[in-house]
Amino acid sequence: MARIWKFGTDVDTDQIVPGRYAPYMLKEGQDVKDYAFIEARPDFARVAQPGDVIVAGANFGCGSSREYAPDALRRRQIGAIIAPSFARIFFRNAINLGIPLFESTEIPELVGDGEAVEMDVVNGRLITPSATYQLPPLPDFAADVIRAGGIVRYVRENGRFPGEL
Amino acid sequence: MGQTLAEQILGQKVGRTVRPGELVVVEPDVAMGHDSLSPSIIRIVQEQMGAARVHDPAQIVLVLDHVAPASTVGVANNQNIVRRFAAEQGIRLFEVGRGICHQVLVEEQVARPGMVVVGSDSHSTSYGAVSAFGSGMGSTDIALVWATGKTWLRVPETLRVIAHGRFRPGVTAKDFALKLGRELTIAGATYMAVEYHGLAWLPLDGRQTIASMAVELGAKAGIFPPDGETAARFAVPDWLFVDPEAAYARTFTINLDELEPQVALPHAVDNVVDVSAVAGQKVDVVFLGTCTNGRYEDMRAAADVLQGRPLAPGLRMLVTPASRQELQKAIADDTLTTLLASGVTLTTPGCGACMGRHQGTLGADEVCLSTGNRNFKGRMGDPTSQIYLASPAVAAATAVTGVITDPRALEKEKHPAGGSDCS
Repeated sequence: MARIWKFGTDVDTDQIVPGRYAPYMLKEGQDVKDYAFIEARPDFARVAQPGDVIVAGANFGCGSSREYAPDALRRRQIGAIIAPSFARIFFRNAINLGIPLFESTEIPELVGDGEAVEMDVVNGRLITPSATYQLPPLPDFAADVIRAGGIVRYVRENGRFPGEL
Repeated sequence: MGQTLAEQILGQKVGRTVRPGELVVVEPDVAMGHDSLSPSIIRIVQEQMGAARVHDPAQIVLVLDHVAPASTVGVANNQNIVRRFAAEQGIRLFEVGRGICHQVLVEEQVARPGMVVVGSDSHSTSYGAVSAFGSGMGSTDIALVWATGKTWLRVPETLRVIAHGRFRPGVTAKDFALKLGRELTIAGATYMAVEYHGLAWLPLDGRQTIASMAVELGAKAGIFPPDGETAARFAVPDWLFVDPEAAYARTFTINLDELEPQVALPHAVDNVVDVSAVAGQKVDVVFLGTCTNGRYEDMRAAADVLQGRPLAPGLRMLVTPASRQELQKAIADDTLTTLLASGVTLTTPGCGACMGRHQGTLGADEVCLSTGNRNFKGRMGDPTSQIYLASPAVAAATAVTGVITDPRALEKEKHPAGGSDCS
């Protein structure tokens, strides 16, 4: 079973992937996904598994526009990120890459680090051994993009951007 | 009903009145990419979008500034990917050493009043200094602009900042920007545009300092009205003006007459105190540079404080000009000579040590006072290093004493009679 990784408020992209570990700076054979939270949470970098869920405080992903931060989490196959709010550029980047985000003030207060969890993205449900939580839905355009598997696929399939007539 | 600057600019792009909250699809006037993310943007354009040609090469600008010049073979190869792409597609490229993207695009008047300028860099809010809607995006968003010419935006609500009074000597635009972080917090303007009122007198360099840090409030854009030096140096479209009928989501008022020099403590941009609260903190490295404070006026402010005095024993001071033009201005008078006489280390114009990749990466437990815009843990190097953010004047005073120092206190010490202006 997957687990929850808890983080505090204002997690910045320098914590998610420090600029020194940008793909731009890596050597042949190194992969940015191995550097997700490499300094802020080295155990995450070592053992986070596909399906694991990040639950954090407000303003998750503030700071730099570096898309390799959410991309490193996508390539770790993180099941979802749940926080009361997300920084603007991180929100765009994550939705563009097809990473499910859920805005919830309640969940971060109810679940703990390391708790076993199962994520039902399609129905927006977070399932722990003791409870099942219904998550608030994303705005329609964001849900559409995630359903398409990211903005590139959305634009290629629909021939238009979200919000474009 | 009136319109904010952000609403006017986005409305002009789509040819109708727009309201906060609605999604619009616009053709940005400029889509900038820098060396750090352009290799990934190029890959998305070519491999994911399958586009052999970009939509419009004239819409795109490339700047090599993040690791300039290249520090490793890998970086050098990545930069050559960007150079080849620019040559093949006919895209304008600013080479290593020309300067930081946000400075260069203003100097070259690539960014102008009323434009929508997006960039692969969060500090693209800087273009608000010249009354443009400047906003940072990630690789995929920029790749979509390069491939299709378009992007989508949610029309933001606007937070209006009204400034009264003037900076006292020793207080600068940087202190204003840090004070906004202190009062509004790192997420205080998330998804919003910030509009700055009461600052028509503020020169362009100060506007760039403040607009660059709009993103540190979480903002999508930080826009100055097209007045003062902006209006004197740039053509302003007649539809762009401060509309007294505009509706603001929030108004924040600040009295500059009471503002003290500000310092952001590790590890958050909004963890800000008056300089007096942190004076005496030992510092190993002073870094003067970045899109926030690497211009001629910043180097001049530091030179005026240093006045040839040597750096404190054991302290290093790095100076990284924001651009070659700014460096040339510092060479044209005695600014650079004064800095060098004090013992500073001059590096190539560009982003320098700001994100810890080269030209001054911090080691374990080192303490840096930076004129930059971010002090997140580990940003400039080892995760045990610490970054304090302050103005060039505070940076220079700190470089003289080796501990965080109010530049006004330093002046008093040197001229007991007082009255010296070190702003």
